[in-house]
Amino acid sequence: MTTTTKPEAPTAGPIENSLTAGRLPTPAPWIILGAAIAVGLAIFGVLALAGGEFNWGGAIVVGALLYIPSIWLFSLLVEGRRRAMDRLVTALVTGAFVLAMIPLISLTITVVTYGVARFDAEFFSSSMRNVTGEGGGVLHAIVGTLLITGAAAIISIPIGLMTSIYLVEYGRGRLARGITFLVDVMTGIPSIVAGLFAYALFSIFLGPGTRTGIAGSVSLAVLMIPVVVRSSEEMLRLVPNELREAAYALGVPKWLTIVKVVLPTSIAGITTGITLAIARVIGETAPLLIAAGFTASMNYNLFDGRMSSLPVFVYTQYANQGNPPEAYLDRAWAAALTLILIVMALNLIARLVARFFAPKFGR
Amino acid sequence: MSTTTAIKAKQRPGDRVFSGSAVFAGSMILVTLAAVAIFLIVQSIPAFFADSEDASILPANFWEYVGPLVFGTVWAATLALIMAVPVSIGIALFISHYAPRRLASVLGYIVDLLAAVPSVVFGLWGIGVLAPAIQPIYSWLVENVGWFPLFAGPVSGTGRTILTAGIVLAVMVLPIMTAICREVFLQTPVLHEEAALALGATRWEMIRTAVLPFGRSGIISASVLGLGRALGETMAVAMVLSASGAVTFQLLTSVNPSTIAANIALSFPEAYGMNVNVLIATGLILFIVTFVVNAFARWIVSRRKEFSGAN
Repeated sequence: MTTTTKPEAPTAGPIENSLTAGRLPTPAPWIILGAAIAVGLAIFGVLALAGGEFNWGGAIVVGALLYIPSIWLFSLLVEGRRRAMDRLVTALVTGAFVLAMIPLISLTITVVTYGVARFDAEFFSSSMRNVTGEGGGVLHAIVGTLLITGAAAIISIPIGLMTSIYLVEYGRGRLARGITFLVDVMTGIPSIVAGLFAYALFSIFLGPGTRTGIAGSVSLAVLMIPVVVRSSEEMLRLVPNELREAAYALGVPKWLTIVKVVLPTSIAGITTGITLAIARVIGETAPLLIAAGFTASMNYNLFDGRMSSLPVFVYTQYANQGNPPEAYLDRAWAAALTLILIVMALNLIARLVARFFAPKFGR
Repeated sequence: MSTTTAIKAKQRPGDRVFSGSAVFAGSMILVTLAAVAIFLIVQSIPAFFADSEDASILPANFWEYVGPLVFGTVWAATLALIMAVPVSIGIALFISHYAPRRLASVLGYIVDLLAAVPSVVFGLWGIGVLAPAIQPIYSWLVENVGWFPLFAGPVSGTGRTILTAGIVLAVMVLPIMTAICREVFLQTPVLHEEAALALGATRWEMIRTAVLPFGRSGIISASVLGLGRALGETMAVAMVLSASGAVTFQLLTSVNPSTIAANIALSFPEAYGMNVNVLIATGLILFIVTFVVNAFARWIVSRRKEFSGAN
């Protein structure tokens, strides 16, 4: 090629640019990804022709697995070893994220498709009393979940909130450090140990084998208190010190400063934290299975007799399948869908509270 | 303290009541934790000296019963960690350094959604979807890589093996580990990163030389916290794993060790008499193990104050 006629060259490719020389063009990774998935589809297409149905999941997985070495190879040939390594890690890191999305998506699709079969009016308006086959519902479990979680919240919100106030406003020295450390450790208590604790507590005082709703609430409170403490503590620390100092300068007592200035400023964040804490314990199964047991009938009394809850209902429907088994599994999936909807609604409420009630004027 | 020389404010009755109740609430934490330990110990003392005549679920004595369970608990949690650590580091890096800035918080929220799914739903999903989907891969592994001791046959027909339980556990501990790793990676001094890039490092070289060394203690504490979660996770394992109480490292057969937590959940509703004390005693052992693991993780975290996994 002659250099003098370069601008008028009929086969004008991209102009050589020293900054982009020796690099893969921008769309190259996408083209390679498309090609890799096409190869995966082709492989499984051939397998499908040989026998059986087309495995979409397998094709995509093989395509994605093909992409990782091929982007490395292409980049190695064009760009050299260091950039090839960079591309490889980019592919792996993105792959890790996609990999984590697979269970989430699969779980959502499964719960919704299996759950809608029994997601009807009867399901939400009847209990399992005298139901052996099809029919029946989850009303007793919903009532139980609301009562048990509500009682757990009533126990843990005052304790958790006051503890966080102590840590932020009063706590000095060894006691505060010890509490901080133990709260952190308490977040890691296995839920089943909390259930065993509540069971042991109530069976020592009320005789062995006692299973009541309030025992379930106590076990949930053990799990909920540390979460409330941590989130409230964080929110209280966000309150600017100037607000406190202004109140003190006006002669306001410390406790009134906390009640009238500090808490109103951080109330949105605290509400968010508490809602998330409730969302976290409302799905706990193991402690309620141990401490509150399960029943087929309605029970409105926290202090008397066993009490069903949604997660335990899901578990017992699965574990004690009767005849026909589909009826039991359908009920389990529908209850799982209900549970997930409740948890998601709580999460959504928490985010909305955080967004719309965040302090703007420090009321 | 800077206020030691300042004039003390007048103590009003309201102040005393309020500060008193705050101290009381704080002490309740200590009392609760102590009560958990005391009540578990009181209930489990008889079990330590029981034999098969006292409690029908004991083979000979308590330690022979709890040994395989401890092994299964540690083994399942180890499997979960082996899978979850690299993936969570990858996700954390993706969110902190690879994803577009505006998307990052949304992607983090999506990963956190995994933490919102109740464990019993994970259990249903593990049995209904994961186990049947992964069983053909297990068959293939046993046929072709069966010489490798971990993959020895005969393959489980249901797919409800310890490896499946490990996968479910890995998915369940991913959010907390990702959250901690992400927070640490985001704290990397920007000047370090920019210095690496200015010296001509690629993005991966920047991460390797600036981000990962800075975040090492965060990665370790995230792993240990994840280990604590995996050790104590109950329902998913109880539902997914078809356990037989054997002590074996094989991943794909239908002979699997059980875990302490899953065993309690499965046996407790029907337990009576001394069996209850035996199960509570296994719970006490689980409590001690997770307490030590968590305290260790917190000790690592406390050397760097700003992040914690509590929310």
